[in-house]
Amino acid sequence: MPTDPAYDYALRPPRLPDPEDRSLDDAPIDQETRLALYRKLQELRQWSKRAHDLFLQNLVKGTTHLSLGMEAIATGFGMALKPGDYTFATYRGHAHSLARGMDPGKALAELLGRENGVLGGKGGSMHLTDVEKGMMGSYAIIGAHLCIANGAAWSAKMRGTDQVAVAFFGDGTTNIGAFHEALNMAVIWKLPVVFVCENNLYMEYTPIDAITAVPNPAADRAGAYGLDPIIIDGNDPDAVYLAAVDALERARRGDGPSLIEAVTYRTGGHSRADPAKYRPEAEVEAWKDRDPVPVYHQRLLRIGVPEAELGDITREVAATIDAATEFAKAGAHPGEETLMTEVWADGGSAWRN
Amino acid sequence: MAELSYRDAVAYGIAQEMRRDPALVMLGEDIAAAGGVFKTTVGLVEEFGPDRVRDTPISEQAILGAAMGAAMTGIPVIAEIMFSDFLAVCWDMIANEIAKSRYMTNGQVSFPLVIRTANGGGARFGAQHSQSVENWAMMIPGLKVVAPSTPEDVVGLMAASIRDPDPVIFFEHKSLMAGKAEVPDGEIVDELGTARVVREGSDVTIAALALMVPRALEAADRLAENGISAEVIDVRSLVPLDTATLLSSTAKTGRFFTVEENPRLCGWGAELVSIISEEAFWNLDGPCVRITTPHIPLPSAASLEDLALPSVDRIVETVTRSVDGGGSA
Repeated sequence: MPTDPAYDYALRPPRLPDPEDRSLDDAPIDQETRLALYRKLQELRQWSKRAHDLFLQNLVKGTTHLSLGMEAIATGFGMALKPGDYTFATYRGHAHSLARGMDPGKALAELLGRENGVLGGKGGSMHLTDVEKGMMGSYAIIGAHLCIANGAAWSAKMRGTDQVAVAFFGDGTTNIGAFHEALNMAVIWKLPVVFVCENNLYMEYTPIDAITAVPNPAADRAGAYGLDPIIIDGNDPDAVYLAAVDALERARRGDGPSLIEAVTYRTGGHSRADPAKYRPEAEVEAWKDRDPVPVYHQRLLRIGVPEAELGDITREVAATIDAATEFAKAGAHPGEETLMTEVWADGGSAWRN
Repeated sequence: MAELSYRDAVAYGIAQEMRRDPALVMLGEDIAAAGGVFKTTVGLVEEFGPDRVRDTPISEQAILGAAMGAAMTGIPVIAEIMFSDFLAVCWDMIANEIAKSRYMTNGQVSFPLVIRTANGGGARFGAQHSQSVENWAMMIPGLKVVAPSTPEDVVGLMAASIRDPDPVIFFEHKSLMAGKAEVPDGEIVDELGTARVVREGSDVTIAALALMVPRALEAADRLAENGISAEVIDVRSLVPLDTATLLSSTAKTGRFFTVEENPRLCGWGAELVSIISEEAFWNLDGPCVRITTPHIPLPSAASLEDLALPSVDRIVETVTRSVDGGGSA
């Protein structure tokens, strides 16, 4: 759906989004799209909560990095992306995977280390990938996947398609060299790629402003690469959707990359090991009022969607997540037959004769 | 049949494949109009154009990231990293991303890409532009590792590497660039994972790689004068590794030596010696002996660098002493 280019979805100072802000109520997004956004937002939220519950039941081993509180970004972009577009995410990639249509049961099963997981248990929480859906991987070393997204965008350009690659990353990524290498190359090669910084205000456990030379970690670097500084409310699915549509259209037109800073807040800790005690209580409370799920719920009520309809969506999603949970739990633990497979393209792992 | 330098064989081999596959592209620093700092890509941009032979910034992570992203979405790629020492700058891309992603995704992606790089010493460049790092690549599951020693092998193994659906690190030796040899006419396609017996012998087996192959051959001539018949094997491909050729040669000779340019610890020969010890122990007439660069960064001065790299003299002395029962180097 084309957006009105004059429509201002940008987040203005002060950066903290205003939960009372109604300026996007009349945004040029049809109701059907908004209901789909709400459904996706519910799916990402309920799936993440379920993943958390399964940790508490000790069914998920290793680590995990939830997107609780940050789901509006994956939701808005997931809606704007077309089949065939490429998504590259970080270890905090569950929401982006589900937003591209990854089966929620196979995603949960992967966290549980089961053979019916989307990666057969070989990748785990930090590496969700579903190439058929355009989910090109979740990369757990900061920075690399921005460069890899460039490659997919370069490939699309060479093949003459209108595919766009989108790389999602955290605020902490803006301080590693690969971020800067990737932006420079994307601009000089005018690649159809969109870089989306999910600025959740914390680099792991450390406030981003304490370790970054500029206040807006992504947007303030954009000018160094000749890009527009774009800051949006990352807790508003409509704002994200509008920004995504604009950036994707720009890329498809051949006008090159965009860098978007979506300001958001991580409700929980960095990973399962982190209780996030380092955050001021007032800050945590302030952001609770800006939780994307109830805020968006209220917007939909204001524009006339019946409460019952939203309730139906919520319940339908809950049933899906319950079924996904059962599917995941029923999976077998992978065995020896897959341990040595898929190192090479021939399916095997032989390194000698 | 034409005479080609090792240097020219690189562009020759790449051109053969770029003519065959119009999708194949190449990227790296100074590879287009400049023809590469080692002049290994001369003429390619003229024939294939700047969209297929792309200059890049000094951004090794961006180079290999672009190569990886393109390869996983259907475009075969050749990426050049100017000096192999610089692989350390983009090691995350190689060791964590390219090498692991197929396994981690249970086979959802594959990477038809070749990373070419100028490897090794002898050019008096000092420690940051001279090291042999083939052992770095060899120890990473998910990478194939090739190091040719002759112009014909450059062409044939380049073709094999490009046509292989898996990532290949292709080491071109700086000190072999100027050497010339006859290369057959027509398409040349070799096979990865095949060592070559480059000189037959009956008393000792010497396994060598890249620049060490001509040195091992020269040493074999001198050893023959002393009554020692040396079989020289050009290993060519570290991964996959042709253990069958190494084992059968050792079974015949009963003595196994490696000549390695990489620093001593965990050099590629250590793995070969381990395999020989486990699987051909009862064929051995004496200990396996590794002849390597000592475990030091490479020095710059010609006299020092020559002392560090395995020389013909050192190979001859070590093999002779060992065969005479005098122990290892």
